[in-house]
Order: sequence, then structure tokens, then C-alpha cells
Amino acid sequence: MNLALAPETLARWQFGITTVYHFLFVPLTISLAALTAGLQTAWVRTEKEKYLRATKFWGKLFLINIAMGVVTGIVQEFQFGMNWSAYSRFVGDVFGAPLAFEALIAFFFESTFIGLWIFGWDKLPKRLHLACIWMVSIGTILSAYFILAANSWMQHPVGYRINKVKGRAELTDFWHVLTQNTALTQAFHTLTASFLTGGAFMVGISAYHLFRKKHIRVMKTSLRLGLVTVVIAGLLTAVSGDLLGKVMFKQQPMKMAAAEALWDGQSSAPFSIFAYGDVSKGHNTVELSVPGVLSFLADDDFSSYVPGINDTNKAEQQKYGPGDYRPIIPVTFWGFRWMIGFGMASFAIGLAGLWLTRKRFMLPDHLRVGEDEVPHLVLFREKALGPTLTTWYWRIAIWTLAFPLIANSWGWIFTEMGRQPWVVYGVLRTRDAVSPGVSQGEVITSMTVFTLLYAILAVVEVKLLAKYVKAGPPELSESDLNPPTRIGGDSHDADKPMAFSY
Amino acid sequence: MQLHDVWFVLIAVLWIGYFFLEGFDFGVGILTRLLARDRLERRVLINTIGPVWDGNEVWLLSAGGATFAAFPDWYATLFSGFYLPLLVILVSLIVRGVAFEYRVKRPEESWQRNWETALFWTSLIPAFLWGVAFGNIVRGVKIDQHFEYVGDVWDLFNPFALLGGLVTLTLFTFHGAVFTALKTVGEIRERARRVALWVGLVTAVLAVLFLAWAQIDRGNGRSLVAMTVAVAALVAALVANRAGREGWSFAFSGITVVAAVAMLFLTLFPNVMPSTLNADWSLTVSNASSSPYTLKIMAWCAGVATPIVMLYQGWTYWVFRKRIGTQHIATEAAH
Repeated sequence: MNLALAPETLARWQFGITTVYHFLFVPLTISLAALTAGLQTAWVRTEKEKYLRATKFWGKLFLINIAMGVVTGIVQEFQFGMNWSAYSRFVGDVFGAPLAFEALIAFFFESTFIGLWIFGWDKLPKRLHLACIWMVSIGTILSAYFILAANSWMQHPVGYRINKVKGRAELTDFWHVLTQNTALTQAFHTLTASFLTGGAFMVGISAYHLFRKKHIRVMKTSLRLGLVTVVIAGLLTAVSGDLLGKVMFKQQPMKMAAAEALWDGQSSAPFSIFAYGDVSKGHNTVELSVPGVLSFLADDDFSSYVPGINDTNKAEQQKYGPGDYRPIIPVTFWGFRWMIGFGMASFAIGLAGLWLTRKRFMLPDHLRVGEDEVPHLVLFREKALGPTLTTWYWRIAIWTLAFPLIANSWGWIFTEMGRQPWVVYGVLRTRDAVSPGVSQGEVITSMTVFTLLYAILAVVEVKLLAKYVKAGPPELSESDLNPPTRIGGDSHDADKPMAFSY
Repeated sequence: MQLHDVWFVLIAVLWIGYFFLEGFDFGVGILTRLLARDRLERRVLINTIGPVWDGNEVWLLSAGGATFAAFPDWYATLFSGFYLPLLVILVSLIVRGVAFEYRVKRPEESWQRNWETALFWTSLIPAFLWGVAFGNIVRGVKIDQHFEYVGDVWDLFNPFALLGGLVTLTLFTFHGAVFTALKTVGEIRERARRVALWVGLVTAVLAVLFLAWAQIDRGNGRSLVAMTVAVAALVAALVANRAGREGWSFAFSGITVVAAVAMLFLTLFPNVMPSTLNADWSLTVSNASSSPYTLKIMAWCAGVATPIVMLYQGWTYWVFRKRIGTQHIATEAAH
């Protein structure tokens, strides 16, 4: 089958669809693992039942989510070979190593200890069981780090040489690949954004219950944990985003010029809030911008020179030969804005929430509530928000759970699309990376199959999440409160049903 | 022994680990139809592998990732060449993973039945297709001078590879039945032993045919030894099963898997994917491997990580060492 498409188009769509989908689950997995572990730690230390109920509730949502993250991750590992065999041959020597490290070190950790955690409630002593969820958490973070180091090498290849005889890139300095500033800042940015995502997820669901005055004790604790997470992670996401932006301005000026639709280089470059332009003519027709801010973002100096799309394109043509080195400008421009906009919106909602629900000692007597009451939302010293505004805040807080997910997706679309036409920046073009032996019909088949399957699973997963969200935290049973003291379970009753079974 | 030979062995170890471990959990998945008589018994079977199947599956990801790093050309040719069968395997593994986690999350009869059906098929299909894939790797496929697979998908379903598929399918089912006998109590345990007997006999016939074919075609002294071990272990597993020695039976069915897969790798060496078009176009340990520097780093990583993984995965099996029966499955909706 021969369609009038560039050979890489379908493979790119498939990669985009499967990756964005996979990454809906990844940040939730990373953050919910750690947050659940934190709640379980609180239970083990304080023995307050609300913490155990919260652990069980968020743990359940975490498990529904990680199942999808794990299975969609398998595709990620194999589609390099399937659709991108030329890429795999060219970069395997360098790029394969962090991937293999990820599998050997992080995946094994994650998947073995998750099994122990799920089934271990009545098989492991309390502290050992707690250690298992922390192991899972460490596994998820390590996994993210290795894969981001691999991706960073595509953004900014280091620690390699080109072997002309073999026609491939070869690793010369693995440590450099793992610790280059692109990898460190990308990991910093992605991990903080992940916690923003999990925090917002917690805020949204707690707000849903508090708005309905249900499960108040557990949900109040969860709301505060979520809000604190959102605020700290949101702040760090912004800081790390700024750092990553500066790195990118140096390493991939084209991506950042495209992110700003800055056509011609200039000093005191403005930060564009809105732009509409003509790509073929290379300029914007409508533009709303704040002067100097872009220069500041790029270089910490309001007057610095920032290169534009047109001059970078010319510079790259001189360096790499004739061709068009511009990514799709509207996608990078808007992708960048949706990423920042949705991410920071959820940060702002979290910050507002943290203030509105502040601790008792900061409130006057008549606004303080008991442990089983929904907190008043207190804007100023003496006065709570009125009923309409209160309703609106809870509603917005519920919506915020989706915002970081949208921001994450656009972040990846931005950074990957912004690197085009390169798959490895400055080294390998995307069009040279596809599998020459795989027909377009085969790619269409797999893309259709994955898209349909993923769509069906999305419906299943969301319904399941909704069911368990609505059900609220479970009541605790006798065996929940009396964990075993011996590994393998206490054996006083050999026929006792398992605490958890599939 | 050069580094790329070490890596050939390590890749073999990862695949052997995968087939040994996921082999029995595929088998248990298949037995949910062959062995279990009702939902409760199906749940007993599923729960024998509940805590461990995910860790077992990571051996595949490690084999894939390590092949990418150590033999990029092998990875590229294999996965782009076996495109559609691999797609089917991936879809199976996706649905299978979700089936484990989601089946119990709703009480409705139809919901649970659908996931159980899914679990059966998604265990059976990869159990068969992995054998087909390895049959083709050993036999060789149409690879051109650029290391690209130039055959079509039907070339992969040749008699030798199909026989290979049947061997992995029956062997994993046998391995699963023996595992079930070891991990359950009551009537299921008895039935598992009976099923193991006849599945084991079928496996023995198919495996002898397949391994002998491979041995005659491209075998050597070492592969003959491995083959002999595989066949002897299979017989021993059957004898132990008959004698009611379930632990021994499982150990021997495990050795069968290990030796059979090792034998295939031994017939393959020093090729990693032979070309049937021209012997010069075959992928070998030397022309398909990464640079010595990468191989060295990866060897350190795998050499340190794999034994540790075996330790903590082994510990998991010890934690969940108790046999399971219908009485251990809570009848009210699980949460």
C-alpha cells in the first residue's frame, strides 16, 4: 500500500498517540505512589485510622492507574524496533543503554514490589509492607529518570561519536549522557510536573467529596495533602521550567524561537501572549506581547539578544545543508502556551485553596470547624466566602484535576514537535529514522489497533476510577487493623480468606 | 570469550528467565479454561500467580531493552520484521495485564466473565506466538544485505515455526499445570496433576519432534547435550508428577524450559538471526552488536542487577508460599 504520505508521518502519529496516552498515566503513577506511601507512613507512625482509610482509597485509584501505565509502557519499549528500525540501528549503542537500565533496575523494582504491596496486607508485617510501596515509588522515579536521560540525548546528544564505518552513533561517555544538564533539568521538570498532577488529582477528588459533605475526615486530610503538593510542586515546576527553557534556548534555539513565534532575532525580545501569523511569509500578522520578558526567560537579562526562527533556519541551513529546519510553528507556539497556562492555572487554584482552607490557628473562633465538618473557605480575616463563591471554588477545584494532564500532554507535544525535523537533534532526521521494511499498511494497522484499544481502555478506566471515587474510602476491617507480625502471615487460621484476591 | 559472546549468553539468560517465569503464568491463564470448573476455581488459579505475574513479565521488557542496547541490529530487524505477530503479542499483553487488575473491580457477572475470557486468550496467543517467533529466529528468515527483513508475514508461519509455537503452547500449559498442583489445595490440586499428565505427554511428543528437527538442521554437540537434558527433565517431571512429588515436578518442568530455550540459543550461536537468502547477510554476535564500551557498561549493569532481581523476586515467592484453595477466596466483592 502506498499512500501519498511522507514515510515517517504515520509512524510519528502512532508514536504521538501511544506516547501521549502512556504519559497520562505516568505522572499520576509517579506521584500517587509517593503520596500513597506518605499516607501509609502516617498510618504506621500515628495509627490514626483516617490515614489507613486514605491509604486504601488513594492506593486503589493508584492501582487502577498504574495497571494502564504498565501495559501501555510495553508498547513504548518495542515500537522503536517496530516502526523506527533505522533509528534503533543508528542510536541503539547509546540510546539502548538507559532503556535497558530502566528495565533491569527500575521496572523490576516497581513490578515486583507492587505485587508484594497489593497482596501483602495480610502477608507482611506493617513496616515491611510500608517499605514495599516506598520501593515502588523509588522504582517509578528511577524509571522516569532513565527514560528522560534517553530522551535528553535526543534533544541534546552528548557523550558519543559517529562511527562512519558502521554508520551509527557510539557511546563514549555514559556518565555524561546520564548527568548532562538537559537530563537533569528535564528530570527535575518532569518529576515536579508529575507531583503537580498527582496533587491536583487529589485536590479534585477530595473537593468532589467535600462539596457533597461526604467522607469528610479522610477527604479533608487528603485535600490538604493535595493542596500542599500542588503548591510546592507547582512552584518547582515553574522554576524547573524556567531552567529548562534557558537550557533549550542554548541547545535548541529553533524550538524556543518557534515556541514564541519570534520570527526575527532581536534584543529585548518580547514574550508573546497571543500571535497569529503567516508561516509561509515568516511573520506574525496579529501579536500581543510583553516586551523584554522573552530575553529574560532565555538569559536572565531583559535586554539580551534572542535569535529568531528565520535567522536560526538560515544558520542551520549553513550548518546542515539546504532544507527547512522549522518545526510546525502553530503547534509549538500554542503547545507551549497550553502547557504553561494549564499547569499554572492548577498551581493558582491550589495556592488559593491552601489559603482558603488554612489551619485553625489562623482563623477566628467562629470560622473554626470540627474534624468532621467541611472547612469554611475563608478569604479575609473575619469572613468566609459566600455560598455562590464557595460552590464555584469547589467546582473549579474539581476541574483542576484535569489541568496538569492537559499541560503534560502539551508539554511533550511541544518539546517533541519543536525538535523536528530532527529525531536526534543535529544528528539524525526523523524521516531517516523509520523502518524501511515496514509498509504503510502495517503501520496503519498497528496505529488503528492501538488507537481503538486505547480508546476502549480509556472508557473502561475512567468508569472504573469514577466508581471507586464515588464509593469513597473503604471501612476498615478487623484484619486491616491487625496486620500480621510474621512474613508470610500469621498462621493461626490456615483457612482464613486472603485480605486481597484478584 | 569476547564481550559480545557474554552478551549473547546474557540475552539468552533473560529470555530463559522470561519463559521460565511467564511460561507458568501463561499456563495458568490457559488452565482457567481447561482446569477450573467454576468462577471460584478460576479465581483460585488466577491468585496463584496474582502477586507475581507482573514481575515475571518484566523479564520480557529486560530482554527487549537489553537487546536494544547490546545488539541494536538484532532488535531492529527482529521487531520490524516480525511486525504483525509482535503487534498481536503486544495487544495480548496489554489486555492481559488489564484483565488481571480490573476483573475483580466490578461484581457484575458479565464483566468478570469477559475479563476471564480475555485472560484465557491473551495467555494462549502469546504462548503460541513466542514459539513461532523463536522457531523463525532459529530457522532463519529472509534478511537482505542491509539487515532488513524482506519476507512477508506468511513466511513466518512455516511448519517448523508453527511446530515451535505448539511446543511453547503445550510446554507452558504443562509448566502451569505443574505449578498449579504445587500452589493449590483440594480438588484443584488433584485435577491439576491429572491435566499435567496428559498435557505433559503431548508436550513430550511435540518437543522431541521440534528439538530433534532443530538439532538435525543446525545442531552441534552442545545443543545436543541441552536437548538431552530438556527431554530427560520433561520425563522426570512427568514421573515426579505421577508420584505426587509436586516440588520436584515443578523443578523438572522448569529445567525443561531452561534447557529447551538454551538449546535453541546454542543452535543459533554465533548467529543471532540467520538470513535464509545469503549466509553473509546473517546477523551475528559480532556484526549486530554494540561497541565494546557499551557492552562493558551494560555487562556491569546486568551482572549486578540480575542476581539482585532474582533474590528479591525469589523472596516474593517465599512470602506467597502458602497453597491456595477455594476457602481462601473471599466471596464478598473484593475491594
